[in-house]
Amino acid sequence: MNLIDRRPKAAPGVTEIDATPVNDAEVRELYKKREPIYPKLVKGPFRRFKWIFMAVALGLYYVLPFVRWDRGPNAPDQAVLVDFANARFYFFFIEIWPQEVYYITGLLILAALGLFLVTALFGRVWCGYACPQTVWTDLFIAVERFFEGDRNKRIMLDRAPWSFDKARKKIAKHAVWLVIAAATGGAWILYFHDAFDLLSDFFTGQAPLTAYLFFAMLTFTTYTLAGTMREQVCTYMCPWPRIQAAMTDREALNVTYRVDRGEPRGPHKKGESWEGRGDCIDCKACVAACPMGIDIRNGPQLECIGCALCIDACNDIMDKVGRPRGLIAYDTDDNIDRRLKGEAPRYRFVRVRTLYYAISFAIVAGVMLFGLMTRSTLELNVTRDRNPNFVVLSDGSVRNGYTLKVLNKAGEPREFALRLEGDPAFEVRVLGTPQASMMLPVDADETRDFRLFLTLPPEAIDRASEDITFVVEHPGTGETARAPAVFRTPLER
Amino acid sequence: MAEHEKKDVDAHTGVETTGHEWDGIKELNNPLPRWWVWVFYATVAWSVVYMIFMPAIPGLPGIGGEYTPGLRDHSERANVREALADLQDSRGPMFERLEQAAAEGGITAIEADPDLLGFAMAAGESAFGDNCATCHGAGGQGAIGYPNLNDDIWLWGGTFDEIRHTLQVGIRTDHPETRYSQMPAYGRENLLTNEEIEAVTDHVMALGGLIEPTEAGRTTGAEVFELQCSACHGVDGRGDQSIGAPNLTDRYWLYGSAREQVRNSVWRGPFGVMPNWGERLDDATITALAAYVYLLGGGQPDEFAEAALMDRGTGGAAGE
Repeated sequence: MNLIDRRPKAAPGVTEIDATPVNDAEVRELYKKREPIYPKLVKGPFRRFKWIFMAVALGLYYVLPFVRWDRGPNAPDQAVLVDFANARFYFFFIEIWPQEVYYITGLLILAALGLFLVTALFGRVWCGYACPQTVWTDLFIAVERFFEGDRNKRIMLDRAPWSFDKARKKIAKHAVWLVIAAATGGAWILYFHDAFDLLSDFFTGQAPLTAYLFFAMLTFTTYTLAGTMREQVCTYMCPWPRIQAAMTDREALNVTYRVDRGEPRGPHKKGESWEGRGDCIDCKACVAACPMGIDIRNGPQLECIGCALCIDACNDIMDKVGRPRGLIAYDTDDNIDRRLKGEAPRYRFVRVRTLYYAISFAIVAGVMLFGLMTRSTLELNVTRDRNPNFVVLSDGSVRNGYTLKVLNKAGEPREFALRLEGDPAFEVRVLGTPQASMMLPVDADETRDFRLFLTLPPEAIDRASEDITFVVEHPGTGETARAPAVFRTPLER
Repeated sequence: MAEHEKKDVDAHTGVETTGHEWDGIKELNNPLPRWWVWVFYATVAWSVVYMIFMPAIPGLPGIGGEYTPGLRDHSERANVREALADLQDSRGPMFERLEQAAAEGGITAIEADPDLLGFAMAAGESAFGDNCATCHGAGGQGAIGYPNLNDDIWLWGGTFDEIRHTLQVGIRTDHPETRYSQMPAYGRENLLTNEEIEAVTDHVMALGGLIEPTEAGRTTGAEVFELQCSACHGVDGRGDQSIGAPNLTDRYWLYGSAREQVRNSVWRGPFGVMPNWGERLDDATITALAAYVYLLGGGQPDEFAEAALMDRGTGGAAGE
């Protein structure tokens, strides 16, 4: 290996690094063992932004289960809770029942459209900053760097024979990784049960088996995905790099090597003229900094997660050699062509594609918001007995049986008045309520089934079926829910 | 031996043969794939392990029963017994509440308590599906010869207690208190002539409003009915729940309302049977079943039954 300077220094602090991109066409084989990547720590605005984003994202993830939200006496007070046992999903002021999963669908559609939009505008910013795989991998690399040192030290440590020192560093690194992984798996299960209860149950061995199972699963996946698989997850397991090509276009801002400025590249000695050559001094700082182990100068490639660390690395070098920053920068393919043709670069954020994504996003968001605002706290479902379809009583009157499901989505127990629209000749009887009463009491945040019988006297039977509508109304708020139904008689159609 | 040594290769396929030949047809030597053979060996080895640990060889009296029990002493029957016992234990408190409510306040108490109502309906429905649906249908809708349990027509009474009692003792079983009624087989036993049977068929069909009264029915039929049938079915044919005699004036015909079916009933004397479920099901399950059947919609309140008892002498019953 040759990590030491082979050439006279171009500028103080500029070294040429022996780094080969992992996806280099010359080293690419069909079945290739993973090549270890030793990302070098860079300093700069993007690196700083990534630290901040990581802190916020991880903070949210670990703290959110402990945030409380008062929903009244009958509902859990955890702000974000997926309550499988009671089939409820709570997200701050939103409460979703199982039959309302379309809100989740809507949320997923919004997430997808949002992803499309930011990708069309700024390339793979999701991958570079927000994706959990990126956040945790970044954290794991930081831990690695803390125990084993930066790139060169890590390379040398891995090549060195086993020693006490090496073992100590490796064990410490893996131990901290495991702790982080366990905390990740541990936090995940808190979203599915009251966090404080579960935490104490968890450590006293009283938590349900599924909690331990998911804890173990997520600890394992965090440890392996962020610790040992890293960039392979993005390159081989994640579908998004394959799809992104359809979302981004020539006018999307991507982490771009400005070939028009950089080429022809080559080593540069201090004092040498910059005439007739590009700004790229081929120091490979960008390759060494890349957590994906690629060379951005090879142009847009599916392995690139758009984390912009190469921009920080290159800017640092440009400062040192005294050239302007931004040899690698967020830029568009279109602008490179324009500059090569001598035209002025332009940045258009409003394009057909981005407009389309933005409008779709706004429509879905609007529909969902409207749905949530006007969400009813009362619902009625009716199923008619079909076995038998109808019953003829001894006096010749005909009876049909129904099951009414009344959903009271409010936080307090309520009584609903039942009435029937259609033929008024029906005799109504509801099991479990006083004979004359048509009031249906339902507990807070519950669904209750009522058995109900409608009877029609023989003289009123003149059709094979009668269309009727059940209506329940909350006398306090006037909120109503209705469900159409049919009354069947023995008469032929 | 020497012939075996020599490899015989099939000219068409280029594959070695096994040396076996039948009527000029040679067998190619295509051995099984190695992985397949190893899987086979593994299953053989596994079967030995399995036989040691799990119950395996039957028909060996004296060895821990009638089969080798295996080291793990596994018994699916015992597991099922245990699971059933667990289930009973977990349902126990609710069943106790149900029994208590039934004893103290009858069906009214069960219906008044939403928890009990839901439990009785659910427990009753599952017991009904297991035991009763075969004859009475999944929804209790009945069939020819098997009463519809949804309507308000009851041969032996439709109050909660009557239904529970009928479930306990069955119909025409060997239980000492069983419900028992018998209609003579007027045709088969030659108790009536064919003409008389036809005439009385006309008469009862007219009673039930199935046909317009006929001349034969009005004369011979009515006469035969008064002599033979009225003792049980009542002079006006309205039946008697205390002896299980059906009401012939309502719209429901257990054995069918076609002329041939009605005539056939008179000819052979129907004789339906229901098991005494008290023998097979525990009291709590029977209570749940009775509540479920009652709440199918046709159950009759107690005061109604009392009223029916009062005018039993004149033969009033079901319905109105």
